[in-house]
Amino acid sequence: MSRQELRLAGSGGQGVILATVILAEAAIISGKHTAQSQSYGPEARGGSCKAETLISDEPIGFTKVQNPTFLMALTQKSLDDYGPKVDENCLVLIDSALEVPEDMPAAKVIKLPILETARTEVGRLQTANIVAVGCINGFLNITDAASMEKAVMMHIPKGTEKLNMKALELGKGLAEKWLEENGK
Amino acid sequence: MGKVVLMQGNEACVEGALAAGMRLYAGYPITPSTEIAELSALRLPQVGGKFIQMEDEIASIACAIGASVAGVKSMTATSGPGFSLKQENLGYAVLAEIPLVVVDVQRMGPSTGMPTSPSQGDMMMARWGTHGDHPVIAICPSSVKEVYDLTVRAFNLSEKYRTPVLLMMDEIIGHLREGMELPEPGSLKIVDRPTVNHPDSKRLPYRMKPGQLVPAMAPFGKGQRYNITGLIHDESGFPTNSTDEAEAMMSRLMHKISDNYDDIKDVVTENLEDADIAIFCYGGTYRAAKTAMEVAREKGYKVGIFRPRTVWPFPEEELREASKKLKRIIVAEHNYGQMLLEVQRVAGRDCEIGFVGKWNGGVNKPIRILERIEEG
Repeated sequence: MSRQELRLAGSGGQGVILATVILAEAAIISGKHTAQSQSYGPEARGGSCKAETLISDEPIGFTKVQNPTFLMALTQKSLDDYGPKVDENCLVLIDSALEVPEDMPAAKVIKLPILETARTEVGRLQTANIVAVGCINGFLNITDAASMEKAVMMHIPKGTEKLNMKALELGKGLAEKWLEENGK
Repeated sequence: MGKVVLMQGNEACVEGALAAGMRLYAGYPITPSTEIAELSALRLPQVGGKFIQMEDEIASIACAIGASVAGVKSMTATSGPGFSLKQENLGYAVLAEIPLVVVDVQRMGPSTGMPTSPSQGDMMMARWGTHGDHPVIAICPSSVKEVYDLTVRAFNLSEKYRTPVLLMMDEIIGHLREGMELPEPGSLKIVDRPTVNHPDSKRLPYRMKPGQLVPAMAPFGKGQRYNITGLIHDESGFPTNSTDEAEAMMSRLMHKISDNYDDIKDVVTENLEDADIAIFCYGGTYRAAKTAMEVAREKGYKVGIFRPRTVWPFPEEELREASKKLKRIIVAEHNYGQMLLEVQRVAGRDCEIGFVGKWNGGVNKPIRILERIEEG
């Protein structure tokens, strides 16, 4: 695919913006063109947050998502807001705790325990965004595993490397398991 | 080829400023420009510079002016509400001829408006926000790479012409992250103001020597004592009420910019050779216009782009020339119609002028520009 339009949505403080920055970094490492942006309210925590990364083989004109090829939602509100706006070709990744809204088109929806994995297996809910990055790369193959590790390392605070590498690995595992079980 | 790195527009502004020689940043944080202050705070001490968070917007520009007078390349950044507050001191820097870069990462206004939403609503404030007749140089970048390059250019023009230069960014480009090729070390052309220092002399600080664009500037604190004022002054730097001297000073102030229009102007055009429609755009809106142009061309419309990167002084000559061959110009901008007025003034007699504005905090999308093209 020459152009991917990724939209990640959640609640402020979940690290959704950082996840799109890391995906953009991975795209740069792979020699692709990318544009990353976000929209959020004036509040730093708790408000709705939407972040986007475009990845393309060609230089990018308009910098915002027009028709998402991928949507991830981590909260029910963000899924209710952005779910109905995708078309049937969009891949939708949502946290297991969420319910698919009735007015959402028949897009391919994958439910995975992103938040639960971060909370119990990594041991820190704040790593949910890195679990998500691992999942997303597992499904979209933006870059190879080593480059993705590098991209994550460039954007996390010192002292959290082990924790975040574990989160990335677990996220990748969630995607691999899903693909195996669903025969892809 | 330099290394390609992922960078945010606001970050590129800081890196460009540092490359141009900025060694002081004074500011007061305001969305969507805050990353410029944040990164300046981190980076300036690493290169022997100073970052100061001032108590407010007015003090921020005052501090930057003071540092520049002392011979240090200085910058301050803000957004609409802060840009309003800076207008008085901006006029002071124009009249006292103090090099300075002021960045406005525009957000939706008026007043505090919508702090995180894009806008280009300060374009006329950039031109006329400070009182009195005065020349202005204002620059608009459309990509992260352009933010870097044009920040360097803003400093260079500011130093060369001893005048504040306005870098009119917008939330779209300020908060955009994309790949940017770093320039090779030593590849940038850096301009420094002409300086002079006569510790004991009675040299006239605002006297021009033959062949000079601007009077050479003595850095404050290095020995030479002289007066700087926002009052109309004579060559000694002290106030004057003489109409002859006032006229001479104003004339020199205006002409140092207008006589050097060819050096200051900066217009990028695309596909105008065969076009009968041009999209006039600048800053972040260009990205939507470019996509709209590409789609329209696939559909058979002969569309091009006329994009000033130096917005003030307005590129009258270039636009007038282009308009003679065009049937229609569509002005796309994130406001209720500001540069539209200039386009109407300059090109309104030669072609039809259309408008695609945006003033609700949203982003002007390619589809809206495309629809206007297809309306015919």
